[in-house]
Amino acid sequence: MSKLASAEEALSVIRDGMTVGIGGWGPRRKPMALVRALLRSDVRDLTLVAYGGADVGLLCAAGKVKRVVFAFVSLDFMPLEPAFRLAREQGAIEVTEVDEGMLLLGLRAAAWGCPFIPTAIGLGTDVIRNAPQIKVVDSPYDDKEWVAMPALNLDVALVHATRADTSGVCEIASPDHYMDDWFVRAAKHSIVSVDELVERDYFHSAEVARRVYWERNCTQSVVLQPGGAHPSSSDPLYGFDPSHFKKYAELIGEAGYSGWADAYLGQDEATYQRSVGGLDSIRALPLPVY
Amino acid sequence: MTFSLAELMTCAASRVFDDDGEVLATGIGLLPRLAASLAMLTSNRDLMMTDSQSFMLSTPNPVSGLAEHSGQDNENWMGFSRIFDNVWSGARHALVGPSQIDRFGQTNISALGGTYAAPKVQLLGVRGFPGNSIFHANSFFVPKHSKRVFVEGECDVVCSIGYNPERLPRGYTFDEIDIRQVITDLCVMDFAGPDHQARVVSLHPGVTLDEVLDNTGFDLAVSEFLAETAVPTAEQLAVIARLDPKNMRARQLKDDPPGVRVSVRETG
Repeated sequence: MSKLASAEEALSVIRDGMTVGIGGWGPRRKPMALVRALLRSDVRDLTLVAYGGADVGLLCAAGKVKRVVFAFVSLDFMPLEPAFRLAREQGAIEVTEVDEGMLLLGLRAAAWGCPFIPTAIGLGTDVIRNAPQIKVVDSPYDDKEWVAMPALNLDVALVHATRADTSGVCEIASPDHYMDDWFVRAAKHSIVSVDELVERDYFHSAEVARRVYWERNCTQSVVLQPGGAHPSSSDPLYGFDPSHFKKYAELIGEAGYSGWADAYLGQDEATYQRSVGGLDSIRALPLPVY
Repeated sequence: MTFSLAELMTCAASRVFDDDGEVLATGIGLLPRLAASLAMLTSNRDLMMTDSQSFMLSTPNPVSGLAEHSGQDNENWMGFSRIFDNVWSGARHALVGPSQIDRFGQTNISALGGTYAAPKVQLLGVRGFPGNSIFHANSFFVPKHSKRVFVEGECDVVCSIGYNPERLPRGYTFDEIDIRQVITDLCVMDFAGPDHQARVVSLHPGVTLDEVLDNTGFDLAVSEFLAETAVPTAEQLAVIARLDPKNMRARQLKDDPPGVRVSVRETG
């Protein structure tokens, strides 16, 4: 069965009001081509769950978002994501702010079919005061109270992998797959964009097969989009694009979402890539050093 | 021997790890990371450290001038999900720089002012602070000691649990909360005063106690052994220079002040 689809075909499963998880971390390996296709669509009122970067910022700025479940939204070298910051300060979005580890537990609970996972995280802090939907419960086994981190059930997960075959076997060749496996497992439906398409026998190598973090039946669509993580990184193929992020921050600050969209979004991914200097220049972006 | 305030603070901050044994030391920000790396190379060689990306290192990377990650002294893969396995085991000590710290040792990196629905200034979000604070040791690094950081009331958004009796979860005691030291540009403090009150432990050379008290939004206890913060040794300065060949430490504090202060700072 081939799961190869265009971004538009793959994203057609997303309806208004759905909960969408986005893999990656800050400015690293974000499925940005899929995000841009969402920006070009009519979908709205989304709940986003992410270790956020410009994916969350752009979708908030474009008015696509009702609520964000987040622990941070950051571009790392630029600690505060400019569009998310603006959306928060304008009170334009609802938020469920959780600890990074709570977000992981919420995805695991969803993946494992549990309503919640008990944890000490959040006790004594405003995380539980500001999110009344997150309950504190008694334990049947001890006299302590515990935060019941609810399952973060995702309607759709969007992630970016390095390579896949058409059946949905996905390789993440980057040094870290982050929580992408949990995003995929927490979702009813997962859409994976990839830089490269490979044949099935590519995975015969045991070393490559070890870089496959979920089974192919967790992947419903494969979208081939070389450079599709730009301006985030897709280590080891290319680094993130600090100069585009700076330009993006400038445009959001001066002219809001339309300032960026008019200059860069374009009608399709080919137009976008031309506006940022082309695929060759994306592939030449150096890997980040920390 | 001359040294900068950044170097003095780095050496003072490195001491928070001295007695930790085999724990993951995480310094967020250039000087805290430099401090943790310095400790791992001098006072506590059992410390563990990551490359801030996805591997544990047997030798810390330099904090500046690193061209690429390949060739570094990897010890084991340590992706972000595995970091949490370590955090939740308690075997970690984080040295972090909150935007606000209150009298209970609670901290804020999430948002300032306004309302929670529309804060005046959105900061990072709570990140890993809630979990860090309830699972493992934490120390704080404050580049500019002021009432803006050491706030009069509670933090605008309480991101980490501290020693606030009103927020102590049922079944818990303060023994389960482990706030170690606070290193500022004026002094070193801890929370070992009466009832976990913040307490001045040492003053940096040339700094008076009044300066510290005047720039803190809450009352401080003072250690009966109040000392002058130890100045860097030649060995420490040499290791620092090796870890930071591009001298990025000189760009972390405004005007890169000398380690021994001559003028008294204004109240702020």
